[in-house]
Amino acid sequence: MPIHMITMPKWGLSMEHGQVNGWLKAIGDRVAKGDEILDVETDKIASGVECAFDGILRRQIAQEGDTLAVGTLLAVVADAEAGEAEIDAAVEAFQRDFVPASAEAGESGPQPEKAQIGGRTVRYLKLGEGGTPAVLIHGFGGDLNNWLFNHADLAAHRTVWALDLPGHGESGKAVESGSAQELADAVIAFMDERGIERAHLIGHSMGALVAMTVADQAPTRIASLSLISGAGLGKEINGAYINGFTEGSNRNALKPQLAKLFADPSLVTRQLVEDIVKYKRLEGVQEALRKIAASAFEGDAQRAGYRDRLAGLAPRVLVIWGEGDQIIPASHAQGLPGEVRVHVLEGKGHMVQMEAASEVNRLLNEFLEG
Amino acid sequence: MARKITFSQAINEALSQEMARDETVIVMGEDNAGGAGSPGEQDAWGGVLGVTKGLFHKYPGRVLDTPLSEGGYIGAAVGAAACGMRPVAELMFIDFMGVCFDQIFNQAAKFRYMFGGKAVTPVVIRAMQGAGLRAAAQHSQMLTSLFTHIPGLKVVCPSTPYDAKGLLIQAIRDNDPVIFCEHKLLYGREGDVPEESYAIPFGEANVVREGNDATIVTYGRMVHYATEAAEKLTKDGIDVEVIDLRTTSPLDEETILESAERTGRVVVVDEANPRCSMATDISALIAQRAFHSLKAPIEMVTAPHTPTPFAGVLEDMYIPSAQQIADAVLKVRG
Repeated sequence: MPIHMITMPKWGLSMEHGQVNGWLKAIGDRVAKGDEILDVETDKIASGVECAFDGILRRQIAQEGDTLAVGTLLAVVADAEAGEAEIDAAVEAFQRDFVPASAEAGESGPQPEKAQIGGRTVRYLKLGEGGTPAVLIHGFGGDLNNWLFNHADLAAHRTVWALDLPGHGESGKAVESGSAQELADAVIAFMDERGIERAHLIGHSMGALVAMTVADQAPTRIASLSLISGAGLGKEINGAYINGFTEGSNRNALKPQLAKLFADPSLVTRQLVEDIVKYKRLEGVQEALRKIAASAFEGDAQRAGYRDRLAGLAPRVLVIWGEGDQIIPASHAQGLPGEVRVHVLEGKGHMVQMEAASEVNRLLNEFLEG
Repeated sequence: MARKITFSQAINEALSQEMARDETVIVMGEDNAGGAGSPGEQDAWGGVLGVTKGLFHKYPGRVLDTPLSEGGYIGAAVGAAACGMRPVAELMFIDFMGVCFDQIFNQAAKFRYMFGGKAVTPVVIRAMQGAGLRAAAQHSQMLTSLFTHIPGLKVVCPSTPYDAKGLLIQAIRDNDPVIFCEHKLLYGREGDVPEESYAIPFGEANVVREGNDATIVTYGRMVHYATEAAEKLTKDGIDVEVIDLRTTSPLDEETILESAERTGRVVVVDEANPRCSMATDISALIAQRAFHSLKAPIEMVTAPHTPTPFAGVLEDMYIPSAQQIADAVLKVRG
């Protein structure tokens, strides 16, 4: 009868430690695969640690408030039959052999790279090998770190690229018109440059609009489209958010905007706000965002979309939405053509790929394999 | 953001990027030229601690080594600024500022006002300050408050490499004279700094950590001691907010008052001597504007009212410590 160790997960490349915020399950509780058993906060975000096994929570090793290295033992899940002594022995063996990864060792893993493509710096991160590759395209004001909880998981089965769009992250900030067409051209140029013949495109928010524009432009390059909280599927968008994000330059102005991205606003950590403030200060960012926003949106309306042509854009299309999305309403997921696979996740917000990471990963993996 | 560089590299990068962007930006000071393979006598340090290393060759004719005459070259920098240049003058030790007070206090700080806004003086004067280098009383003072006192000057005192770069870029672009105070013990400190250019606006304090039990207001090197104290206190369940002023003029009164009103318990930490200091100034601000929110008298942690001692053991006692800061927080907690 197996004894399962639940350890501090590694969310994204830079995570070294996590702080235990609290237990969601008590000792003796029955837990199923996918259940969240405790809350962990990193310097980027807070999230639940999921159990990968069915069983009973037998030990809570970590204490609330502890800050622990990635890989540290948090809990033990086992069947009812597993004896107490047996569990103690397993814990002892784990603790004896456990060596926390040093910061240096952490940095030797895959790191984002930069390339000059079409006269512009493009930052990207490649994880995984083989299969039909996937390309992750973040949304307005985002960067490749928006896929922090998804990238490695999806890359277990295929090569997965994530890039920073022009004007975003650590890619070049200059844009011409900032249109979805220009951003899509940058994605196609990136695929050309990296030798990505054909790929699954996975886009979040404005990244979904970019992905659909790529599909419209270069249909032979698209294996499938996965559109998460996507722009380009309906009329409405939260213009106050777009404007507040674009024009806000300090913590006080940006924090309330960022809170709209999540159904649970407590997920917006100090560091998350700080990272956005730092991004917003970079030379050329505000100008780029203004152009991109003006090109795609007008007040509370999106200028263009592919709703009517969605089914014809790619061989297969998946749409995922957080029901509580305050940026683009989840109602845009309704009434899509029958062949489009649609999942609306209850109680989640615009950043559904972060807020319900394992559910989204499961849906994406199933879709990409199917 | 993965790249880590030191505080002095961050300053060098800010200078370099602004010199590349705007050809009116020039650098002047004692031993500023040289370094990084300059031929012969020019192969100097790149400033007394190597901060301007490499700029002499990168920007020919725009890094000027000056005679040992602060009164002369600071005056020249102020004049050049009034004539359309954007000089960044390095004054080495802030303690030497006394020989050019007229140029700074009476000229640079007054031009905009006395010419009815028709003149601007976009000069930056960089100087290192602070104790801890075993450099004795004439090379160890914290004189931030002296410059903060003068209307017409802006005063910056960064605590991290990230802030040093962004605040120096802002200082160079600013049309008013800026006194840019660099703590000499921070030069080797590493931190994440974007390669790209960015400016941090003046008058915007940085809330280094959030907390609801007490507020520590500080700036410069003391930010790190305050953070250390706050981390220590977290273990006792005391949640301390740490505010890094970043600029003492303009001063972000709003952030200070908002926090003081919320926690009701305030410790002001200043490495400078205690009389007429940032510590007294901020204490007065809070006492006047947030008095009814205070749950305990404001505490100040400062150096004593003496010159900086040369003896190492005494200098260490002279500089406020994380322990003193933690004790002060416990005191305001009652």
